[in-house]
Amino acid sequence: MEGKKRPVKLSVHPSRGLVDEKFTVLVQNVPPGFQLTVHALHQCEDGHSWHAFGHYTADSTGAVNVAEDLSLGGTYSGVEQMGLLWSLRPVPGSKPGLRLRKMNVQTPMEVTVSVFRGHQTEGFEDQGPLVSVVVERWYMAPGVCRIPVTEGGLTATLFLPSASGLFPGILDLWGGGGRLVEYRAALLASRGFASLALDYMTPKISLETGQMVENEYFETAFRVLQQHPQVLSSRMAIVGLSLGSSVAFQLMIYSQVIKLRCAVCISGSHVQPAGGSVKQTLDYLSRNSGNTCFNEKNELICRDLVLPIPTDPKLKADVGQLRCPLLLVVGEDDQNWAVSESAVDMKQMMEQAGNSHLLTVLSYPNAGHLIEPPYSPHTRSSNFRSSVDNSFVVLKTLWGGETVEHSRAQEDAWRKILTFFRENLYGRGSALVSNL
Amino acid sequence: MDENQHPVKLSVHPSRGLVDEKFTVLVQNVPPGFQLTVHALHQCNSSHIWEAFGHYTADATGTVNVGEDPSLGGTYSGVEQMGLLWSLRPVPGSRPGLRMHKLNVQTPMEVTVSVFRGHQTEGFKDQGPLVSVVVERWYMAPGVCRIPVTEGGLTATLFLPPGPGPFPGILDLWGSEIQLLEYRAALLASHGFASLALDYMFHKMTSGKMVDYQYIEEAYRVLQQHPQVHSTRIAVLGFSLGTSVILNLTAYSEVVKPRCAVCISGSHVQPVDGSFNQVISFYEANQKKIRYNEKNEVICRDLVLPIPTDPKLKVDVGRIQCPLLLIAGEDDQSWPAHESAMDMKEMMERAGNSHLLTVLSYPNTGHLIEPPYGPHRATTIDHHRNVALWGGQMVPHCIAQEDAWKKTLVFLRENLHKTCAASVSKL
Repeated sequence: MEGKKRPVKLSVHPSRGLVDEKFTVLVQNVPPGFQLTVHALHQCEDGHSWHAFGHYTADSTGAVNVAEDLSLGGTYSGVEQMGLLWSLRPVPGSKPGLRLRKMNVQTPMEVTVSVFRGHQTEGFEDQGPLVSVVVERWYMAPGVCRIPVTEGGLTATLFLPSASGLFPGILDLWGGGGRLVEYRAALLASRGFASLALDYMTPKISLETGQMVENEYFETAFRVLQQHPQVLSSRMAIVGLSLGSSVAFQLMIYSQVIKLRCAVCISGSHVQPAGGSVKQTLDYLSRNSGNTCFNEKNELICRDLVLPIPTDPKLKADVGQLRCPLLLVVGEDDQNWAVSESAVDMKQMMEQAGNSHLLTVLSYPNAGHLIEPPYSPHTRSSNFRSSVDNSFVVLKTLWGGETVEHSRAQEDAWRKILTFFRENLYGRGSALVSNL
Repeated sequence: MDENQHPVKLSVHPSRGLVDEKFTVLVQNVPPGFQLTVHALHQCNSSHIWEAFGHYTADATGTVNVGEDPSLGGTYSGVEQMGLLWSLRPVPGSRPGLRMHKLNVQTPMEVTVSVFRGHQTEGFKDQGPLVSVVVERWYMAPGVCRIPVTEGGLTATLFLPPGPGPFPGILDLWGSEIQLLEYRAALLASHGFASLALDYMFHKMTSGKMVDYQYIEEAYRVLQQHPQVHSTRIAVLGFSLGTSVILNLTAYSEVVKPRCAVCISGSHVQPVDGSFNQVISFYEANQKKIRYNEKNEVICRDLVLPIPTDPKLKVDVGRIQCPLLLIAGEDDQSWPAHESAMDMKEMMERAGNSHLLTVLSYPNTGHLIEPPYGPHRATTIDHHRNVALWGGQMVPHCIAQEDAWKKTLVFLRENLHKTCAASVSKL
């Protein structure tokens, strides 16, 4: 490329965006028909390197537009505007079983996007790219406030869309892996909702007492959120994933304190001792641990833990009692929980009870368990500190899903979740089914 | 507008952008025909508050798009996509003579954009807006590295673009500011140029001694020799007094041989034999020509007027062998940039090198020609506590900033990316 008029130009716009925003990757000033690889590199907080790449051929104007042109191969193919992010995978030679999660949401995820000559598949770190730019992906929009919360013995973080203004409140619950995971709550705040990320598996109080939290802990979290001066107390919701959905079902149906405008349950099941605590739910699952199995890659499959779906009403949260809209998000290839079967059973229960107009089910073929914010890399299996048999052993756990369809599901589900929250939390409210 | 309806929606895109990027400000979900004020508020590093606002009427879809709809009044009017930034001014009651510049370029400028009911002109801080968002404006693109430089006795900061390099280099000189201003160099690096912001005036403050031309030559050399800089693709860029330095070195230095030079709001008038210190003394000796207008504002432009005919008092621009871009505000009250540009043009025509010269001369534009969307300041209180008159009227000055910056980037790209040195940039 020496001695040519202009150097290869690479631009990504916006260069700083929210993690759920699309970007446009444009390569210019290469010869028409030039073969090149667009490559993305990210070093996560644990120090592991992740990469993605697509093979392109420049058009007659000497340009490649990732949003419009075909990737001919790489970690993704076809016209995939965001493929450089959702197809990120650990670089060859990495430790197996990794999962990409941002724990510090106050800094952006940095991705180096580069152009390499030719259609390359390996050895990127040994070559110099033709050109590189850095792109930042943020979970927190400008103005979002992050406030650690310890009142009432909680281990939580509150995200407010801005320092002034009134907002609906969302309680955000992740799964059985524990820790205080903030990124979804941060992103919800960036989209206009005061959100409380709550650690309920490994909060300070449990580490000190050795006891799991009771349902009062969640009611305290709900109350703390509701009573915040910037939160609209009559516009509350809950979002849960996995075990967090189990908790959500218990709270929305059996709690006298928690009154919701709506709820979103991702990758969850209603099967558990009705009205029970987290510990009771986990004990119930442990008793069924004989139903788990390992596949040929020695990955743990837990989906049968709740199968067959019980007929005994004491073993299922009674969704027939729900009085607010419920959105279920389900991956049909979920290998961790039997979410499809659970969704079918919930629908039946609600039809019998006469409240099925409150239910919306988003069911995605070939999507797995970990349905995350859009463009997050798909994790088909990873090392998970399982609490199924109360032994807290790290096991390679199969979550399921095929990358392309799982990534489409994440994008579609997030959009619909936001619409559902906007309509129910900002709209006229009451028992309206969101039009999705 | 009650709580039960869909709330007013305000979006600014991108919410995090570079300072020279345009943004789109969109208000939605208001009743058709609703009168509203879009307001911007910024608290700058010295904790002064600046604001700007425009008055709008929502269209039939209940929307206002600042980039397409006219402002009916406020701090700007008409269709002005970026008016909320360039018309920022200190709030009523502020100390007079403020100037906004970002000293810490590693953090963004934060602007709170809000929507208020009705066509308001004051009392914004006492009311609650209908909705607000915060917007960040960055001088450094992601991946740009900021590297303080002290080698060779320099006080400078190098900004490197991301990527493998090597990059063309730019030596960036401000005027007689009291501290090193990094923001233009940071922004140039965000556009792919390794840029060295050089402090040369502060040295006098601390050591009592003015630097000499060798100091600037050393900076040029340090930049040239950096492993990520293309040693043969260096430009020099100067503003105000920095122009005096650039012109002298470009014409006479054996070391400074730039691919091209950009001179903003400056003059070639100076004693050419002797040290830089003598140049400063020359300007100081002409202090008696400083005028005060009826508002007691200092006008310095006469310091170097009339343009001398004595060749020992002007840089011989006929000697310059690289493309030269001169940017001048015709209402510059601090330096006679326009008159100097005209004289330089004549000199170059006589010498036969005027094909190298491009002059961008802007009517009603003052001295402080900065990267775009920064607010225009006609006067500020300088470090001598005088109220300096810089000149220019807000709207034409801001249009000039946008145009000059765009053309400066084109000029730099064309000259620094070409393989052959002596080509005229087409603007």
